[in-house]
Amino acid sequence: MSENTITFEIDGVEVQGAPGQTIMQAADAAGIYIPRLCAFEGLPPYGSCRVCTVKVNGRFQSACTQPIAEGVIVENDTEELLEFRRNLVDMLFVEGNHFCMFCEKSGNCELQALAYRLGITAPKYPYMFPADRNVDASHKDIFIDHNRCILCARCIRASQDLDGKNVFQFVGRGPEKRIAVNARARLVDTDLDVTDRAVDVCPVGAILRKHVGYATPVGERKYDSAPIGSDIEAHKQ
Amino acid sequence: MSENIETAVRNICESVGNDRARMMDIVREVQETFGCVSDDAMDLIASQVRTPRVEVESVVTFYAFLSKKQNGNVVIRLCDDIIDRMFGFERIRQTFSEALGIGIGETTEDGRFTLETTPCIGMCDQAPAVMVNDEIFTDVSRDTVVDIVEQLKAGVAPERLRRRLGDGCNSNPLVSAAVSNNLRRKDAVIFAPLECGNALNKALSMSPNEVIRDIKTARLRGRGGAGFPTGMKWDFTRAAKGEKKYVICNADEGEPGTFKDRVILTERPELLIEGMAIAGYAIGAKEGIIYLRGEYAYLRPYLEDVLQKARNMNLLGTNVLGHEGFDFDIRIQMGAGAYVCGEETALISSCEGLRGDPKNRPPFPAQKGYQGYPTTVNNVETFCCVARILDQGAGWFSQIGSKGSTGTKLLSIAGDCRRPGVYEVPFGIKLSEVLELAGGDGAAAVQMGGPSGQMVGPEEYDRTICYDDLATGGAMMVFGPNRDLLEVVHYFMEFFVEESCGYCTPCRVGNVLLKERLEKIMQGKGEPADLQYLEELGTSVKSTSRCGLGQTSPNPILTTLKNFRPVYEKLVTEDQEFRPTFDIQQALGEAKAIAGRPSMHFTD
Repeated sequence: MSENTITFEIDGVEVQGAPGQTIMQAADAAGIYIPRLCAFEGLPPYGSCRVCTVKVNGRFQSACTQPIAEGVIVENDTEELLEFRRNLVDMLFVEGNHFCMFCEKSGNCELQALAYRLGITAPKYPYMFPADRNVDASHKDIFIDHNRCILCARCIRASQDLDGKNVFQFVGRGPEKRIAVNARARLVDTDLDVTDRAVDVCPVGAILRKHVGYATPVGERKYDSAPIGSDIEAHKQ
Repeated sequence: MSENIETAVRNICESVGNDRARMMDIVREVQETFGCVSDDAMDLIASQVRTPRVEVESVVTFYAFLSKKQNGNVVIRLCDDIIDRMFGFERIRQTFSEALGIGIGETTEDGRFTLETTPCIGMCDQAPAVMVNDEIFTDVSRDTVVDIVEQLKAGVAPERLRRRLGDGCNSNPLVSAAVSNNLRRKDAVIFAPLECGNALNKALSMSPNEVIRDIKTARLRGRGGAGFPTGMKWDFTRAAKGEKKYVICNADEGEPGTFKDRVILTERPELLIEGMAIAGYAIGAKEGIIYLRGEYAYLRPYLEDVLQKARNMNLLGTNVLGHEGFDFDIRIQMGAGAYVCGEETALISSCEGLRGDPKNRPPFPAQKGYQGYPTTVNNVETFCCVARILDQGAGWFSQIGSKGSTGTKLLSIAGDCRRPGVYEVPFGIKLSEVLELAGGDGAAAVQMGGPSGQMVGPEEYDRTICYDDLATGGAMMVFGPNRDLLEVVHYFMEFFVEESCGYCTPCRVGNVLLKERLEKIMQGKGEPADLQYLEELGTSVKSTSRCGLGQTSPNPILTTLKNFRPVYEKLVTEDQEFRPTFDIQQALGEAKAIAGRPSMHFTD
């Protein structure tokens, strides 16, 4: 075995990775799916949704930010962690206004797909029904529906790191925290372009392209045939 | 935009070299000058320091003392802490509201006054307390309020409203505060007499590694609450590679009920400065930062003066105390009202001119801290212990206190006790002894370590105060038998909801859900299953939150469910056949108002 290999364990399975990799990266490569929402390949780890929480030598850590280390024991697919993940996904559902039945992201939505995978049929927490979430349709090609935003910061990171722009950032704090655009108020006043990666990376239906809403019919969408994470599990050794 | 604003904002930015990392200083200054950081001002700042405008807005909307909307010339902030609520907050609020003709969050029509509430400002021992701009008023009565408002309306400046000055250095002309120290017990470490320069001189006669060894031998642990071994932290920081290193003092004492650093900063700032310089020498840093909470702005001119005196004595500056090659200086970074900035990585973010969001760990500050350089962040009291250890010796220090918790601890005691104030006690002291010292006998409950700590009852008063038993960053709130403990718990949950940075899901959403379910129980609408709901949800938030705030925020609920369960059980009896979980008439209120008639289906 090369010196540059780190060997550790996920749910009793021996996994190998390279120094500097996160637990999530090594798990992905080994075909082990760790549920996630804010993590996105190619973007710097952020660690905000907490859905990828695993236990590392008995301590809770987010798999997307925690580097691998020789000999550590990682728990992933345990009832305790699955329960936490269901609760976190539940929280994200009740925090916003998510109406899957008439959201054009339905079937392609990672929040919805993860809820299905985790076996959530209805949230156990009471809906908050926030009334202050706006829709910004000022841009001719793109719109933001804040009702569906889960504050994962993918758009912020993609705009900065992949597009070389600064279209998005958070404002406010705590429950008042929101995505804001780099202008006094409207998306149209930013330099966001329809081809920007920041538009693609939204896991939910908060940032969407206009004019293409139902191009793919329901039933033929990404998660209609296989649950989220199947692509990762497909290359299990 | 008036040219006035343009010139002023430009000057403010230029005064810090248009440095984006000094954003906190810029926006604080703009806020102070104009009573807000307006859209125009944000545009200007952004172009001046070459950062996207939304980054400026991101900072401005994070901190409670900054606002986009125009505040009055005089901002009155009522300390809305549980202790203040116990000692007359509501009376004070009403009197201010009546005298000014405005409610909380409002500004008078003439634009002169804004009335706000703010969480604990570190004056629980003299509650109720009020901030008028940076001026502090304590033990406020209705008469004081009437008098304050009358004089303010007559045009008297806030700093001229003081009727008395506090004891000790509170009466120093540069402090001139009506704040009392209430320093009730002094011990050998923090409040023993001090000979300036001794400790630092001794440190400089040793090698940095020997200094760290001494701190380790003394078994000093962090005084902020987490109790991490200080020597180990310094070792990591010293060993980390970096062309520069930083020493940061966490003086963002925001845990409700804690006010011990206030008294150190007033009476022993020299000890703190020496401790920071020793840290600088030990880890190889040339620069130190004191992150001072916005609420303690009244201490700033005094602390700047103490720093200047230290420079004059060569305790700071180049070749400190003649030690060739050791340069060290300290600057003060003001906060702007955000409890989460007491978390060390959030504090670093704030020092860097960002939102006070905690950072991902690893890397830890010792590896990558302020501006990416290795940084040690320690509590005010910890630095003071360091100086005393170097002065008196590690062996001397480790004889004080208990085995796992050496030295003394400052406790800030407030609430239902006859002698609220700051007590320096040796670790290992029993809670019952402390209660006796403070005149808190007969207490029905004690909140140890503030909201993020735990609430204990009389059967636990023989426990000892130390890291391995009852750990505390210093806060100790005493509640008498007539207090409603659920109201206390509810206040704490409101506090965490208000102060969560919102970065991670469990803390941002989970705390709101916890608070709402608690309210349901308090309204008598709860059922037994709600207690399990609180426990499960609380455990989720604790386990999955990203930083210490979220990992401790369910504690008020979880520790009272454990230690005071009957208080809850009384409210969730199963004897009712049907228990509506919400008020239908209230829910229909808006619809009824629009329709102008009561509901036809749901009659009262």
